[in-house]
Amino acid sequence: MDLSDSVLDHLRLVAALPDLSGTRYELECEIGRGGMGVVYRARDRQLDRRVALKVLDSALAGEAPLIARLEHPAIVPIYEAGTLPDGRAFYAMKLVAGARLDRYVAESPSLGERLRVVRRVAEALAFAHSRGTIHRDLKPRNVMVGEFGEVYVMDWGVEAVAGTPAFRAPEPGLDERSDIYALGALLEFVLPAPPPPALGAIARKAMRRDRAARYPDVAALLADLQRFQEGLAVEAWREPPLDKLRRFWSRNALLLWLLTAYAAVKFLLFFGGRR
Amino acid sequence: MNKILVGLLAGLILGAIDGATAWFYPETRPVIGGILVGSSFKGMLVGLLSGWFARKVRSIKWGIVVGAALGLLLAFGVAAMDATKGQQHYLEIMLPGFITGAIIGFSTQRAGAQPVTFH
Repeated sequence: MDLSDSVLDHLRLVAALPDLSGTRYELECEIGRGGMGVVYRARDRQLDRRVALKVLDSALAGEAPLIARLEHPAIVPIYEAGTLPDGRAFYAMKLVAGARLDRYVAESPSLGERLRVVRRVAEALAFAHSRGTIHRDLKPRNVMVGEFGEVYVMDWGVEAVAGTPAFRAPEPGLDERSDIYALGALLEFVLPAPPPPALGAIARKAMRRDRAARYPDVAALLADLQRFQEGLAVEAWREPPLDKLRRFWSRNALLLWLLTAYAAVKFLLFFGGRR
Repeated sequence: MNKILVGLLAGLILGAIDGATAWFYPETRPVIGGILVGSSFKGMLVGLLSGWFARKVRSIKWGIVVGAALGLLLAFGVAAMDATKGQQHYLEIMLPGFITGAIIGFSTQRAGAQPVTFH
């Protein structure tokens, strides 16, 4: 009997589906696939809720405990980890309803909203670094923005096999500053074109080829973002005098108007009263 | 520096400057010292109350409104005291008082640390 290509494809697909017998999960559909494993949407029969189920090679079973240790509001919580009958490892995590960062940015959110997302990602990174964990493969596909605006960083600590080159630091041995490079690339990615010069400079500083020339840690990058949002000068950018003046005016416009009003009132009262 | 201290400092500086402008009026020069002290004290009182308000409410808009209202009210008091001596300077005292109050209110909202609270 001849089997058509489509039938063969279907058989391959079914054969690759994880056997979840013996677990509390019921497979629904595939929602993502990468070099490290496949993520499915599944139903937790016991708690009657949907979860994201990642199935990966048993050699990568260490990923779940690694993420589980990182309890942070911007890191997807792990519910359970285990081994399937076929020997593959799996872990169940919160199913985030929302959009991946690349799709989210395509909806043209405001600059403030874009920066809020980057800051949340940076906070998650800073937390992970403080726990001795580096992400290794930060990119827009690994960031989810939930329907309530919550931000989640996913796929931690696994050496990327087919990572997006634009987000990977050039150095071969990855460390915390490689994550800072990726964070700079992520910032550059989310910024609208043309980006505000100060923000472009922050991204470029984070992405310097020489890792010693990058921000020393995520907190330093966050501080520069904070300075930008407060209308202060950022460390990464030597501001031209005209821009400095413009920034000073926009930051203190209300105070300057009040002082001008005071001077005008005094002037008018003085010369008006003399006449 | 906390917000009350910011208010007191801003009030002292702006009140002193406002009082010092009386020097431009030759008829007030003999009493410039009293005007400086009174104006500084008025500014500090506006600063104290605006600083206290800023600790409770974080809003530039309401900070300016409250500061301006306090400045206007206290300046009215000063102008009314002046009026009992037969001098009508309501506009000259109240209008700058209104604006300096607004600046003090703005300063207390913009600068100074909020008190730390534990929930």
